[in-house]
Amino acid sequence: MQRNSTLYIISFAAVVCVVCSILVSGAAVLLKSRQDRNILLDRQKEVLVVSGLLGADDSIAPQEVQRRFEERIATKYVDLREGTFTELGDTPGIYDPVKAANDSATSTALDPNPAQVRAVPHVALVYEVADDAGAVDQYVLQVWGNGLWSTMYGYLALDKDGATVRGLTFYEHGETPGLGGEVDSPGWKALWPGRLAYDDAGKPAIQVIKGPAGTPEEAPYEVDGLSGATLTSRGVTNMLQFWLGENGYAPFLKSFGKSGRA
Amino acid sequence: MKLSRKEKEALVDPLFNNNPIALQVLGICSALAVTTNMATALVMSMAVVFVTAGSSTVVSFLRNNIPPNIRIIVQLSVIASFVILTDQILKAYLFDISKQLSVFVGLIITNCIVMGRAEAYAMQNGPWLSFLDGVGNALGYTLILVAVGFFRELFGAGSLFGFVILRPVTAGGWYEPNGLMLLAPSAFFLIGVIIWVLRVWKPEQVENS
Repeated sequence: MQRNSTLYIISFAAVVCVVCSILVSGAAVLLKSRQDRNILLDRQKEVLVVSGLLGADDSIAPQEVQRRFEERIATKYVDLREGTFTELGDTPGIYDPVKAANDSATSTALDPNPAQVRAVPHVALVYEVADDAGAVDQYVLQVWGNGLWSTMYGYLALDKDGATVRGLTFYEHGETPGLGGEVDSPGWKALWPGRLAYDDAGKPAIQVIKGPAGTPEEAPYEVDGLSGATLTSRGVTNMLQFWLGENGYAPFLKSFGKSGRA
Repeated sequence: MKLSRKEKEALVDPLFNNNPIALQVLGICSALAVTTNMATALVMSMAVVFVTAGSSTVVSFLRNNIPPNIRIIVQLSVIASFVILTDQILKAYLFDISKQLSVFVGLIITNCIVMGRAEAYAMQNGPWLSFLDGVGNALGYTLILVAVGFFRELFGAGSLFGFVILRPVTAGGWYEPNGLMLLAPSAFFLIGVIIWVLRVWKPEQVENS
């Protein structure tokens, strides 16, 4: 058969495609369970970091991450419509609120909003963090929203009073490395603890401003902007305002102290 | 193992005489992006070694059967498969580093070095030579990346592979880290300096104006 006959070209292309796709999908299937375990561990580690149980630069063994997580953190499910704890029915595998938000059967669709969250899941994941004595000390909430290029996924740790920020971290984003990508730099994350999420009227007040904001005492509701990353900074503000608002965790947080004034 | 002169040329030439970054000025974008520290630079380089060597070998095996009309697409399919394979393996075994490399492993597919070697060398030469050529070129890339990563991490963060060498002021030491080194333009300056030094050493690389 001629090397430039149409039939030869098509069959050659077909063979190449089939072989390549078998290789690629084979690798994806074989490595899936290992990758999933890595992702789960990474999430657990982020939860430990955001709640201050682990330093951002500490490297510890996977078993140790798991041990500390199981010791101090309880995974709870919150019905966002009611703002109450709920139980999850029988669902196979690990519950993923982000996936639930993409499914119209398990989420509430929303009008366009600045954070560009199209739907919130009916049930969200909340991690209860215990202090040394075993009492609930803080809540870690999952948050997400648009930055400049990408959806940023992160955790916000709030004190048990439901208003004081204990930490913010991002476990997945696709912002520009070195500029917007600095949202996950330890230096910037260190600015968050101690700020207040809600003002005295119970409205979500925390925001990222341009330029330096000062210490939590001087500027309880403001955090320094990231230079060269105005849109990413704005994205963080929109995202927090959204998740602290009525469509987000506000109904749930109202049951605790300060934010209940709304 | 004794390599013939031609084999040695394929492997060693791209290191200094015909470096893909310094002489051909290819593959610059990832050289800017992943060189803020040594660990990512090295892992990225290893990924490129694997992809370039693998795709050059496979393309060379197929070279007499690839229809000329669709050769570029065939090369791309082969390269893309190797890239995805690499990405999957990194995600499974080196998760932390794959998180730092984020999209850049996937972007190896657009690294001109890989496709350049497949089209310019592997389509004309046998699998063994193409393999050596692929490894050689990727090592040429590695050499520059590691050199750039060395200076950027040392002067930008005061450490190498995460181990503190120059204790920065923020950690109670004396060294004031150079923030410029962590930004992309510093990689341009460093690559420029490397090209300059290389051309002073090997004047035949200087282009006639």
